[in-house]
Amino acid sequence: MLNIKNLKASLEDEDKQILKGIDLNIDEGEVHAIMGPNGSGKSTLSYVLSGKGGYVVDGGTATLDGVDLLDMEPEERAAAGLFLAFQYPVEIPGVGNMTFLRTAVNSQRKARGEEELNAAEFLKLVRAEAKSLKIDADMLKRPVNVGFSGGEKKRNEILQMAMLAPKMCILDETDSGLDVDAMKLVAEGVNAMRDGKRSFLVITHYQRLLDHIKPDVVHIMANGKIIKSGGPELALEVENNGYEALLNEVA
Amino acid sequence: MALAANKVDATEALIAAYPAPSGEGKWASDARSRALTTLRENGAPVRRDEYWKFTNPARLLEPAKPAAIIETDEAPMFDEIDKLLVVFVDGVLRADLSDDLEMEGVEIETLASAMSKDIHWASDVYGVLEANGQNPVARPMAALNTAVAVEGLAIRVSGKASKSIALRYVRSGADSDVMVHTVIKLEAGADFTLLENGPAAARFNSSLEVEIADGAAFHHVRAQGRDHERLAATHMFARLGKESRFKSFTLTVNGALTRNEAVIEFTGDDAFATVSGASAGDGAYHHDDTVFVTHDALNCESRQVFKKVLRNGATGVFQGKILVPAHAQKTDGYQIAQGLLLDDDCTFLAKPELEIYADDVICSHGSTCGAVDETALFYLTSRGVPKAQAQDMLVLAFMDESIQEIEDEAMGNIIRERLGGWMERHRD
Repeated sequence: MLNIKNLKASLEDEDKQILKGIDLNIDEGEVHAIMGPNGSGKSTLSYVLSGKGGYVVDGGTATLDGVDLLDMEPEERAAAGLFLAFQYPVEIPGVGNMTFLRTAVNSQRKARGEEELNAAEFLKLVRAEAKSLKIDADMLKRPVNVGFSGGEKKRNEILQMAMLAPKMCILDETDSGLDVDAMKLVAEGVNAMRDGKRSFLVITHYQRLLDHIKPDVVHIMANGKIIKSGGPELALEVENNGYEALLNEVA
Repeated sequence: MALAANKVDATEALIAAYPAPSGEGKWASDARSRALTTLRENGAPVRRDEYWKFTNPARLLEPAKPAAIIETDEAPMFDEIDKLLVVFVDGVLRADLSDDLEMEGVEIETLASAMSKDIHWASDVYGVLEANGQNPVARPMAALNTAVAVEGLAIRVSGKASKSIALRYVRSGADSDVMVHTVIKLEAGADFTLLENGPAAARFNSSLEVEIADGAAFHHVRAQGRDHERLAATHMFARLGKESRFKSFTLTVNGALTRNEAVIEFTGDDAFATVSGASAGDGAYHHDDTVFVTHDALNCESRQVFKKVLRNGATGVFQGKILVPAHAQKTDGYQIAQGLLLDDDCTFLAKPELEIYADDVICSHGSTCGAVDETALFYLTSRGVPKAQAQDMLVLAFMDESIQEIEDEAMGNIIRERLGGWMERHRD
């Protein structure tokens, strides 16, 4: 599904390499988690994969089902099936949440040569998804993320993910700023989308989230590289001993 | 203070360029000569004048006939609204293209007809609000309009009008140089909507005077036609009685030079006024909103909400003033002017002025100028929305605060649709 080979990337404005050779393969239906200390490059990896401006790829490749991601515009990557749930979902005053969602869904369908959803079809779908995420009609009507609590913003991300039904989902610190109940709700939303085909890359600081979204593989990232990979027990090791011990072990 | 000799010459040349109306009633002749006196006292505007320093008036004054290419691809606006339609072609009212000037509870007359009578209710309004609005800031182009305009309407409304009156300004002459003057009197408790649309002329000077009696409500939605080369100087003077309401919105897309002046005066307590505008320009575009609100009463609320989106070297100007004399306690004044610059070479010039002598007031103002938010743009595109469309969504969202000032939602949606169309036609 997602194949990353020796990916290196820098900040455009500074001569500073953040990703220093990432290798990662995520197969169909797998859930991988990336953990790592602050500044290790986890969020940068998610931005570079989804096409955010301000980064320069210095080398390596990233493909989704064999298609070169790095050569595409962000909207093309989305249409190809990539989705990034933001760590800090953006507030957009003046743009209605529903209008935004419908435009996004139909833009992707159009890009893939599929028929666009009409208003009634769309409404039916969005209502069903919103209900399971406990998103009320008012949240759907309001401008995108404006006045949403931290939990509401994250649920709104998962709603978008559900509506867009991507192949490959990247969750960037989706647990940050969430209380235990909100995290559970978000995790349930994610788990409902696990169908054996869709793949996930879960970026997190804490093992907590991985109790709810069970990963197949856990990677530890430090200083722009993946330094260790293992099973779910690796996350527990981090939880118990911290990153320091792991970093020393590898060094 | 005597005017400089060159300013005297320029002023006389300006007056000489337009024929002096004759054969009118005494009140009309008096109003015209008062306006001429005012114009001669203040002189034609020059760039050095404080309120013209951001907008060069030269092209509004040139003796040579203006020329502007006629673009006829714009569909008439407000077609779906129930209205009485009045069509002006090159500034001349065309009865053959207009509805009959008849509506229950509303007196509608051509300006020429009103001016020809010896006694007329319009004498309380025509040139009166304009003269009032000449102080402390001179408005020479409005004085000129009062002195020479012969086209326009006189409208008096009692009670709630059954439908809107829509003025459609059509162009047929490439070099039309046109003046239109409309006076409106809303009697106590009246409720009335005026719509205006169209490019009007190569050079258009319009004046609108609106007297709003106690408890009356006036709504105004205007869309200035989108011919690229047209020039316009418009003026709106409103006087508000007790518990009255005034809401005016202007959409301006294209036009080489547009100067929209609004002068609003509260004379009765507990009244409300909003003057707002959305402006979009690409290339040779200079758009100026100059607003003066005087709170001469207690507990009145005023709002000025202006948004401008600019591309390819376009310029936007905002000069907005709120004047609150010492006795106007409990005033609530709000003012916001924002420019969204889609290119580095655009200019947004804003001059907010608050002059407050009362001590128990709320007045706030804000002015910002910036580019499209890259983070928001990435968020939208990362969800699959193509970049051009995502940018349009953000621009429309930026403009929306001004459109929300329009009370009628259907009308607001007509404006949103037009603006959306403009955005689609003006992409990278």
